[in-house]
Amino acid sequence: MYRYDEFDLRFLDERVVQYRGQVARRLAGQLTEEEFRPLRLMNGLYLQLHAYMLRVSIPYGTLSSDQLRMLAHVARVYDKGYGHFTTRQNIQYNWIKLEETPDILADLAKVEMHGIQTSGNSFRNITTDPFAGVTADEIEDPRPWCEIIRQWSALHPEFSFLPRKFKIAVSAAQEHDRAAVKMHDLGLYLRRNAEGEVGFRVLIGGGLGRTPYLGLVLREFLPKRDLLAYLEAALRVYNQHGRRDNIFKARIKILVHALGIEKLRGEVEAEFAAMTTDKLELPEAAVYAIAKQFAPPPYADSSGDDALLERLTAAEKLFARWVRNNTHAHKAPGYAIVSISLKPPGRPPGDCSAGQMELIADLAEELSHAEIRVTHEQNLVLPHVRKRALHGLWLRLTEAGLGSANIGLASDIIACPGLDYCGLANARSIPIAQVLGERLAAREEAIGPLAIKISGCINACGHHHVGHIGILGLDKNGEEFYQITIGGSDDEHAAIGAIAGPAVAAKDVPGAVDRLIDTYLHLRRGEERFPETYRRLGMSPFKEALYAAG
Amino acid sequence: MLLDKTGNAAADEWRHLADDEPTPESEAVSVSLKRWEKEHNALKGAGSRLGLRLPNTANPVALNGEVHRFALIALEFPRFNDGRAYSQARLLRSRLRYQGELRATGNVLRDQLLFMRRAGFDSFAVDGARALAEDWAKAFGEFDVFYQPSSDNRPWVMRQRFPTA
Repeated sequence: MYRYDEFDLRFLDERVVQYRGQVARRLAGQLTEEEFRPLRLMNGLYLQLHAYMLRVSIPYGTLSSDQLRMLAHVARVYDKGYGHFTTRQNIQYNWIKLEETPDILADLAKVEMHGIQTSGNSFRNITTDPFAGVTADEIEDPRPWCEIIRQWSALHPEFSFLPRKFKIAVSAAQEHDRAAVKMHDLGLYLRRNAEGEVGFRVLIGGGLGRTPYLGLVLREFLPKRDLLAYLEAALRVYNQHGRRDNIFKARIKILVHALGIEKLRGEVEAEFAAMTTDKLELPEAAVYAIAKQFAPPPYADSSGDDALLERLTAAEKLFARWVRNNTHAHKAPGYAIVSISLKPPGRPPGDCSAGQMELIADLAEELSHAEIRVTHEQNLVLPHVRKRALHGLWLRLTEAGLGSANIGLASDIIACPGLDYCGLANARSIPIAQVLGERLAAREEAIGPLAIKISGCINACGHHHVGHIGILGLDKNGEEFYQITIGGSDDEHAAIGAIAGPAVAAKDVPGAVDRLIDTYLHLRRGEERFPETYRRLGMSPFKEALYAAG
Repeated sequence: MLLDKTGNAAADEWRHLADDEPTPESEAVSVSLKRWEKEHNALKGAGSRLGLRLPNTANPVALNGEVHRFALIALEFPRFNDGRAYSQARLLRSRLRYQGELRATGNVLRDQLLFMRRAGFDSFAVDGARALAEDWAKAFGEFDVFYQPSSDNRPWVMRQRFPTA
């Protein structure tokens, strides 16, 4: 894991002092709310329906046990005893007092954490594959590049007041995309070119919200040494030409589609080519030093673990189910990547209590080299667990209400906070997720992989556009209605879902989802997943079923 | 009021001419881009020191060699959160090697001063009463760690870590 050096530590201390002064000036009335707003947003502080919400950055979703313990401390001391993991691999707290935020940030700084740029019109948290560094299908660990971009993008003197937010994701997996790269303002895939050199394929203009687009290829191959200079060129074009007259048209995806990808590419390449002495040179030694910090931990010789695990799963059905759904192949023999579900059916997706965080921090220290990952599906991951430790781990997780064996299944639902918390929402998301989770849990094994995603408004924080089944909350004359989209996908086969038809009332959502799933089960061929069945057959059988008993 | 690059109060010797005002002989005057484009030849011949006011939609690279005629270029922040002038400043300083005074005008506030300084601005037209009451000069020293090379040529972290690499 990356550890802060003297420069990083000093920077963070300076940031806390600066923010403390800004809050004091706001409380003294020297700053108007309009002037203060972007300052607090750049430190992760939003004003929501009932209280302030603080979003804490978890760069590329990687946490240490000590950091997770501090997140538990913040939940317990400054909030109501829990936190909510987000689709940007961050955590947010929903019941925060403005006066206490400088102290919270000072506490977080003790473990090298902060809320910098988790909001505001600048770079947001850099996200990546939660299995980075431990999956066998990647070309190299993408996290050093995430860290390099994270540092470069922190309080950038040119790009801190962009037309709108800017999200970057990096993935190095060659087959799977677990980072939703195509849904980002700028996406980077580490790839090898014909000469065998590793560099980046650069995508631009992806994003959800009210105008969903998948990213388009900006550059087929970008050498590593040019990464930051090229990002600077792309961001300069966006900063100068992105729309600022309408917040809903301000993301780079709108610029990409207004100019066309060819013209935009021309502009970016021209800017990049014009750089001479002003071209950013990333010292190779610095890249090397950062990469070294992500070296894999020493793995033990775990021969025999596979046979042991086989005996245990054969003996215990529930454990076998958890192993099947919640563990993934690790690149080291005898090890597993373990997903901890934060989706016990009936509970708000992504919520985690202080006690649960502390338990997971302890378990990570004992069993996973003190490392935890956050996924964009709002679950947690222990990335290095010996297979012989899985049974004990499962028992302890189960005891703490963290044993749900539903990763990737119907009750593993993504949902935004919705109208229960959010000032932008039109409808509630959490109660819909709770009802669906409880209802579908009993038959989710028979259904197989299914991604249900729920947003409480068109801003699409719950990623409904890319759900196999997407659910979007609307307000119809003061009543909560839900529009259903189907066929979306956020992986390597990314697709934007299609709207099935008129929205349905809240009480009709569970029945409607049941009928969609029944139709899929009836029509699917072999191992076909929901979006594949949809692509083969089109909308009509699903639409018919959806509105059949309406 | 005008602040210099360290945040101290500075005298403003410039007169900012409206497009229909006559050009005085001896004073330092600034003109709009529009007027510069229209009265190019006449202004070139004028003996006074010349400044240019660029709207934030203008591409400074289009001025090319001409930038060095100006002793002052003033860029505009119509609202503090409209960040286009930061890119103009970077291009003027780091691409075109502009050496004259680069002034931030418009909605210039304390918490953007350090970003502006780093982007290459070295003078700041601000609300004097507020700047004094809230000690805006302090904003320039809030950080001494920077993660990017920029137009103020201060060292950046990646280089500081490996000075000889």
